[in-house]
Amino acid sequence: MQTSFINIGERTNVTGSARFKKLVMAGDYGTALDVARQQVENGAQIIDINMDEGLLDGEQAMTTFLNLIASEPDIARVPIMIDSSKWSVIEAGLKCVQGKAIVNSISLKEGEEPFLKQARACRRYGAAVVVMAFDENGQAETVDRKVDICTRAYNLLIEKVGFPPEDIVFDPNIFAVATGIPEHDDYGRAFIEATRRIKAELPHAHVSGGVSNVSFSFRGNETVRRAMHSVFLYHAIHAGMDMGIVNAGQLDVYDQIDAELRERVEDVILNRRKDASERLLEIAERYRDQTNSTTSEEVLAWRLYPVNERLSHALVNGINTFIAEDVEEARQAASRPLDVIEGPLMDGMNVVGDLFGAGKMFLPQVVKSARVMKQAVAYLTPYIEEEKTEGASSDAGVIVMATVKGDVHDIGKNIVGVVLQCNNYRVIDLGVMVSAEKILSTARTEKADIIGLSGLITPSLDEMVNVASEMKRQGFDIPLLIGGATTSKAHTALRIDPVYQGGVTHVLDASRAVGVCSSLLSDTQRDSFRTATSTEYARIREARNAGRKVERVAIEEARANSRKIDFTAYQPSRPSFLGVQAFADYSLSELVDRIDWTPFFRTWELAGTFPRILDDEVVGEAARALFKDARAMLTRIVDEKWLKPRGVVGFWPAARDGDDIRLFDDPTRSGELARVHCLRQQTLKREGQPHECLADFVGGTEVADYLGGFAVTSGAETDAIARDFEKLADDYNSILLKALADRLAEAFAEHMHERVRREFWGYSPKENLTNEELIREKYRGIRPAPGYPACPDHSEKTTLFRILGAESNAGMTLTESFAMTPGASVSGWYFAHPEARYFGVSRVEKDQVTDYANRKGVDIDTIERWLRPVLGYDPAN
Amino acid sequence: MKTPADRLDALYSAAKTRVLVLDGAMGTMIQNLKLSEDDFRGDQFRDWPQDLKGNNDLLNLTQPLSVKNIHSAYLSAGADILKTNTFNATTIAQADYAMEAHVADINRKGAEIARAAADAVSTADKPRFVAGAIGPTNRTASISPNVEDPGFRNINFDTLARAYYEQADALVEGGIDLFLVETVFDTLNAKAAIFALLEREEKTGRHIPIMISGTITDLSGRTLSGQTPEAFWHSVMHAKPFSVGFNCALGAEQLRPHVAAISRAADVRVSAHPNAGLPNDLGGYDETPDQTAAHLQEWTDAGLVNIVGGCCGTTPDHIRAIEKAVRGKSPRQPAGLPKRLRLSGLEPFIGVA
Repeated sequence: MQTSFINIGERTNVTGSARFKKLVMAGDYGTALDVARQQVENGAQIIDINMDEGLLDGEQAMTTFLNLIASEPDIARVPIMIDSSKWSVIEAGLKCVQGKAIVNSISLKEGEEPFLKQARACRRYGAAVVVMAFDENGQAETVDRKVDICTRAYNLLIEKVGFPPEDIVFDPNIFAVATGIPEHDDYGRAFIEATRRIKAELPHAHVSGGVSNVSFSFRGNETVRRAMHSVFLYHAIHAGMDMGIVNAGQLDVYDQIDAELRERVEDVILNRRKDASERLLEIAERYRDQTNSTTSEEVLAWRLYPVNERLSHALVNGINTFIAEDVEEARQAASRPLDVIEGPLMDGMNVVGDLFGAGKMFLPQVVKSARVMKQAVAYLTPYIEEEKTEGASSDAGVIVMATVKGDVHDIGKNIVGVVLQCNNYRVIDLGVMVSAEKILSTARTEKADIIGLSGLITPSLDEMVNVASEMKRQGFDIPLLIGGATTSKAHTALRIDPVYQGGVTHVLDASRAVGVCSSLLSDTQRDSFRTATSTEYARIREARNAGRKVERVAIEEARANSRKIDFTAYQPSRPSFLGVQAFADYSLSELVDRIDWTPFFRTWELAGTFPRILDDEVVGEAARALFKDARAMLTRIVDEKWLKPRGVVGFWPAARDGDDIRLFDDPTRSGELARVHCLRQQTLKREGQPHECLADFVGGTEVADYLGGFAVTSGAETDAIARDFEKLADDYNSILLKALADRLAEAFAEHMHERVRREFWGYSPKENLTNEELIREKYRGIRPAPGYPACPDHSEKTTLFRILGAESNAGMTLTESFAMTPGASVSGWYFAHPEARYFGVSRVEKDQVTDYANRKGVDIDTIERWLRPVLGYDPAN
Repeated sequence: MKTPADRLDALYSAAKTRVLVLDGAMGTMIQNLKLSEDDFRGDQFRDWPQDLKGNNDLLNLTQPLSVKNIHSAYLSAGADILKTNTFNATTIAQADYAMEAHVADINRKGAEIARAAADAVSTADKPRFVAGAIGPTNRTASISPNVEDPGFRNINFDTLARAYYEQADALVEGGIDLFLVETVFDTLNAKAAIFALLEREEKTGRHIPIMISGTITDLSGRTLSGQTPEAFWHSVMHAKPFSVGFNCALGAEQLRPHVAAISRAADVRVSAHPNAGLPNDLGGYDETPDQTAAHLQEWTDAGLVNIVGGCCGTTPDHIRAIEKAVRGKSPRQPAGLPKRLRLSGLEPFIGVA
């Protein structure tokens, strides 16, 4: 099923659930709340609440139940669908919810006046609305009637009420098929066709429906019903159905339905032949008592193993297809549900851990195994809670992890979290942009054994120091792990280890995390490990102090030795436009070919250059499997438009002024728009090697030169979709998506740079390079990013974002540490001069920093904080 | 600038080019006057059967000059928008003083005082505006006051909506330019206010812009009723407000991440009027004008805000420093939101396109 499909919990409905009805009728709202809670825990993204029962005061029951839900944060976190055929009950519900709810439903049944009146009220209450395909003449049964009524309702809502189209959900009526009445045969197809047309003809509106109706005539034959639901949803979702009231437990995987059954069900649902119903009836009895359907037997030989071996096989091979039924079987055999986790599941994960430790399994496979484990545990959790046995859990330790405040990057952290979970650690992942207070208070309440911090951009290093000093101030004594792309052993030794004495350890990558944690928590190894680490860090500090003899020159001297470009001999191209141009919903398919795959494999800790890595003796198999999954997801990202890349590019008249570049908002270069501040190398150079600075690549007043800038993102949608995967306990696809989103953002930057060279700035109109040549940067011009080696000051992004209008033009913003959101984003400056090249500023001295602070008009302390990673001196001295 | 329509035009065009400055605390300034019970009563309520000291909104009737002086002090400090002294002027909040019958007068007079003060100094270059302050009342529609009975409520949506409707009518009569639904700690209360204001707009045919300002009550980063900033935005976005943001409870430093969050999520102007830091042991506020202003300046530079001002503990000096700090700076440019189904419980929900 698509992750974009929204799952609406259906069990809190007195018309659909006998149990819930009984509880509400008996006034047992406490247990009724448990039903709601289970829905949310099982992944319902919205819960539908219906109190339509003749013997019940609907308004009263709706009010009572919603007020009670309001005081249960674990239920109230999701939106409510207020479901009633009586407007008064709906209105009573709307008066109880602080969130933005969905009304289910209103319709044209009684004519336009009441419809409009109710729609207006929904607007005033701030609710989205489900509209049934129902008018003065009754419920719509044919495609045309369904579409006509929905179109009429849509136009009325938009024109007369000003209803936002994205807040409209149509329910074009799912009716039972194969009832023996010929008029009913087309009901399934009619819904699917109507869905396709509604999605195409009524922009931004959604389609929903109650799926279980379709199989009503096969009550009592669960196998056939499940197959019908799956087949129906498969086609309806492909036609564009966005959400549905679905019992997730009543679904099969489409591909795994017995081929004969699936074909006959499909005939019925799609009304493909006259005798479809009879043919399904013919074989239906055969399936009545089956609990599941299977596919070809040879592939599934492992299905014949005893259950514990099946679980182990599923974990090691990362197969989640049968996990629910296998876990159920193991549960029934075990005396307590917890035994399943502590027995066969942990045994299987130990095998995975051993294979990973021995280098026989690789990260992508481990993450897939973890997905199976998580889903198995999720299945068992309700039983464990029911039993109320106090979790005599055998956690190896509790680890609180977070990406620090100001930073949004989390792929590496998520991978580490998964690997640790595989090794039986209880991981509490606080997510991204987490404040020190939150991290430490969680560590305290959860009795954490270890805290792990992650970050990708350089300002996060300071925040990690901040967390460490807070830990000291608050008297913590548990180990602190440091990880993430900009972190290093040296930084950890120099800046963090001296601040906090509880055992600070830098962890290079996910494969080391388990070893480090187990050493730090082992009674026998702890002391020797900590001594070894702190000795090593002390040595790094000493070496640093002793070896701080890297010679640097005074900034004046460095400026005198700048790269001398003769701009009088240079004729800059004039960009095809000045100012900014925004690109919304950029075509994904154009970006796919521009992907640089090598860093993608590095994210998964698979070393090697693409495409050779696919044939690598050691990691080739893992790389091929990962690449296949990545390509499959890319296809879906493109076909189903998961992401909407956005970007903005700008060009401005520019003139170099010392180590700054002045930008103007008009070609006469009179009004200064902004000033780009650059840093210059100060390391001692060999004869003939200039002290580089980006400003040197731009002409002064002698020539009409230009500077460009860009900010692109592969789309703000990634996080929501990744979260959907996580809700399904599917970390593998969540990480895969984020890694691909990162690659697409880079590809977008690369592609846009090419267009800039060839068309927008147009200084290389004839350039024609292959993707490999592009990756090796065989072209004229550079696109350095603020915060990276050539211009290491992240705060310059503020200027770039301001003049690009990045927020309004590309939906991109900066955090307080200048991290870009969405996370998968790239920005930078465009330099066109043929001699422009990438370089690293490396470390800078106080004289330049003081001058830089003056140029920027920012106090020196602030600048030193931003430039901390490139300071050639200790500001404390 | 004569007609309300002219003033709205001026408001929209001012908001386009600069960061607007809201005034500071009313309560703090009234406290500093050290008024006595008799002062609060004035002549009009000399024989009122209950104590009236502390009923700040009543001063609109009994000490109008004092209220006007406070407004004038904020105007000369550079405030663009005044908040009327009507935070507690609903029949619900005034029930504590048995003053339900005087609510309309308090609101109308409160609006008139601010209107006169603003008009006295308003110029074409620096037009001044009046926002009718609509507080949360002292009751919560989605939280039970009784721990043992979580389903119990001591106020309901209809009562709130009715009270807000009456308050809005009187504020408009007194001449306000916008509504400010502020210090929202229970979003359901705010939704009742929005319901009343939208209903009023439909009935009267007159659009008056709405500013909405929630309150993050503690460091958990949620409203008292448990919503995250984005969930809060989804709950009130149907008001199509002039601005959305946060005020009160926290100082600027603690409020920043939440203002940043709503700034990322919302496609309308963003406002922020924090307290002057967190309260000290004596319940006072210690943050200096320069400190508060430095925070708000940084927010402006980061493109987070369109409207800034002060809440508890801030004074005309704070507003002067804030106005100076943001003068000449560009306001945040709200980005359009992709059309998605946006819902919320305590947490936000965004449908995939």
